[in-house]
Amino acid sequence: MSGSSYYVPHETKWPFLATIALMIMFIGLANYMNDESTLTLTLTGLGLLLIVIYGWFSYVVRESEGGLYDDQVDMSFRWGMAWFIFSEVMFFAAFFGALYYARELSLPWLAGDGSGVSTNQELWPSFENVWPSNGPANYGGDFVVMKAAGIPALNTIILLISGLTVTWAHHGLKEGKRNQLILGLIATVLLGFIFVGFQAYEYSHAYNDLNLKMSSGIYGSTFYMLTGFHGFHVTLGAIMLTVILFRCIRGHFSNENHFGFEAVAWYWHFVDVVWLGLFVFVYWL
Amino acid sequence: MSTNIDHIKEEHHHQPSGLMRWITTTNHKDIGSLYLWFSLLMFFIGGFMALIIRAELFQPGLQLVVPGFFNQMTTMHALIMIFGALMPAFVGLANWQLPMMIGAPDMALPRLNNWSFWILPFAFTMLLSTLFFESGGPAAGWTLYPPLSLQGGNSMPFVIFSLHLLGASSILGAINVIATILNMRAPGMTLMKMPIFVWTWLITAFLLIAAMPVLAGAITMLLTDRFYGTSFFTAAGGGDPVLFQHIFWFFGHPEVYILILPAFGIISTIIPAFSRKKLFGYDSMVYATASIALLSFIVWAHHMFTVGMPLAGEIFFMFTTMLIAVPTGVKVFNWVATMWRGSMTFETPMLFSLAFIILFTIGGFSGLMLAITPADFQYHDTYFVVAHFHYVLVPGAIFAVIAAVYYWLPKWTGKMYNETLGKVHFWMTTVFVNITFFPMHFVGLAGMPRRIPDYAVQFTDFNMIASIGAFGFGLSQLLFVYILFQTLRQPVTAADKSWEGAEGLEWTLPSPAPYHSFDTPPKVD
Repeated sequence: MSGSSYYVPHETKWPFLATIALMIMFIGLANYMNDESTLTLTLTGLGLLLIVIYGWFSYVVRESEGGLYDDQVDMSFRWGMAWFIFSEVMFFAAFFGALYYARELSLPWLAGDGSGVSTNQELWPSFENVWPSNGPANYGGDFVVMKAAGIPALNTIILLISGLTVTWAHHGLKEGKRNQLILGLIATVLLGFIFVGFQAYEYSHAYNDLNLKMSSGIYGSTFYMLTGFHGFHVTLGAIMLTVILFRCIRGHFSNENHFGFEAVAWYWHFVDVVWLGLFVFVYWL
Repeated sequence: MSTNIDHIKEEHHHQPSGLMRWITTTNHKDIGSLYLWFSLLMFFIGGFMALIIRAELFQPGLQLVVPGFFNQMTTMHALIMIFGALMPAFVGLANWQLPMMIGAPDMALPRLNNWSFWILPFAFTMLLSTLFFESGGPAAGWTLYPPLSLQGGNSMPFVIFSLHLLGASSILGAINVIATILNMRAPGMTLMKMPIFVWTWLITAFLLIAAMPVLAGAITMLLTDRFYGTSFFTAAGGGDPVLFQHIFWFFGHPEVYILILPAFGIISTIIPAFSRKKLFGYDSMVYATASIALLSFIVWAHHMFTVGMPLAGEIFFMFTTMLIAVPTGVKVFNWVATMWRGSMTFETPMLFSLAFIILFTIGGFSGLMLAITPADFQYHDTYFVVAHFHYVLVPGAIFAVIAAVYYWLPKWTGKMYNETLGKVHFWMTTVFVNITFFPMHFVGLAGMPRRIPDYAVQFTDFNMIASIGAFGFGLSQLLFVYILFQTLRQPVTAADKSWEGAEGLEWTLPSPAPYHSFDTPPKVD
């Protein structure tokens, strides 16, 4: 630190502990998938990971509230979060890519388009390319499609409103209106969890009433993986917002200095945008 | 609150020693060293596997290993060399050099930096442990193509999770690199004044952040296809095994540039230093690097010309691939033009860099041959492909890493390596690398397929030569390790500016460089 305005953090034990927790979690999960153990080890790892995240983050929060970070550190955090979100975008891009490939290429080929003529004639002569599809072998049996109207449309509205409420809260924070900030955050968190609740209900409805499962061919695969990973991200975002809410109640963040808030708000807008893509390409078209 | 902060600041002066220093360090030099040592260890583990492969291929028939184990060796050799040896080596170099080159005290996100490193040893322990499973390690090749990879034993989820972890480590490392470069430069250092190594790493970091999550997506689909009944890669369910190849290579092709762009940066640093001239065409070098990076996202299917793509796809990917030769040609031209009428000397880093230019270009040209779709129908999955990518990765990427280590070792340690031994290391390495990989062109063109433990007798002679070369290459690297340890035992004698023609902020620091590189930002004009 001597003579430097830049804050260089001292030694830390958290990353190493986080790695150990991750390893326990993944080894447990791999053994579970191989039918060689129960979920005990995975959950232990997950629990440890949560403890580490709590410890690591509270440390950073303490440093931040103690005024150790200057504008340059703030900017490093901003770049970090922005590129992290970009990496998430690319993760979702892989699954959207799989969806487009299946709809535009593999299903038409299986139905005899282009070079798929002989495949179609030899293997599945009666197969026609109609989306949604569970493939020529009718994997998982006949199913009913999840309609875009109804819960998905409602969820779209919920997420869009939550995007507005978090922006309203942000304005409150910038203008020093703490009540507006806290109310806006409470609304956002509630909307987030309502969304997740609706998704859970939709899944149980799909499994119990529509016979739409992960094993329902390519439609089930893309449907559950895209909405599932999105739902997971919404859950994470809602938990992060909850943490920010508690920090705001405790009086954290100032008008100018509130990177933590903004990072989570960015993340929230990101899950919002992904949802719009999902709504259009998975549910609607 | 204030007592908290006093407490935090007090802790700052407390410095743990021994193992705890390395586990808890947030210092870019400590972490850089950890990366480099780890990479060296993985280089020898992966190299040992290569020698098992070459020993088996010394003559036709099955001598040493069973085919299943042979397949595990080819798979693991690739995964370890790519994710364990090369990528960490470049990240290690970035850690050491970037803050010194841009005039910063440290990396922008030091705790994240610690995390990026410490994920690696654990993830590789998990990956390597699968070799001791009853059903063995992964054996479907590093590309993990379904349906074969879906039929693997219990190793499969372990391999996939370790790849997830390695990907996470790379993404975190890349985020750190970008934040450091964009936010920590000394006043006056505009983007177009940055050292070229910094530029190549900035672009590499972008490639990592864009490509690694796509790999994560692809292998997650493998996992759910195997364990949770999805049909991404099953035609009967409406999916397509070829889909995996598309997603994989959308990651895979940027990945090979992740392995070579920092190498370009190193060569572009060392050639001017020993030619005692400025780098020729700095701006065009930057634009060429960026062009290669952007093109890398629209060429992926040249890895799969033979899967039966529509003709339009074959042609599109053929031409975009050939287009890459243009910016790469710009680079090679600039390196040669930098040397033109330079006052050249040939110390070890320069020798490795010169060999890089020639041998990497050979690998580039065989790449052009492979880019021609109709020709690729003959070359595909033969030893010609093996020869091609080993020419760009061994005398390409690895030579650049070795050159960088010789070049910056005096700055890191304050100690000079033995130049005679360095030259011996260079000549042994260069001779053996060609003995190993050049004959593979011939057997490949003659039709020897890759990834097989046995082959037709007419390929025997060239395979024997390649195997002898491989063992010679492996032994030469023991000399490298000897040179490193011998250097570390020397007294500190290196000058601050260890090479006469070297340029850059790192040479304004004392040798060895202080723990926190620049306490106050230097002025750059």
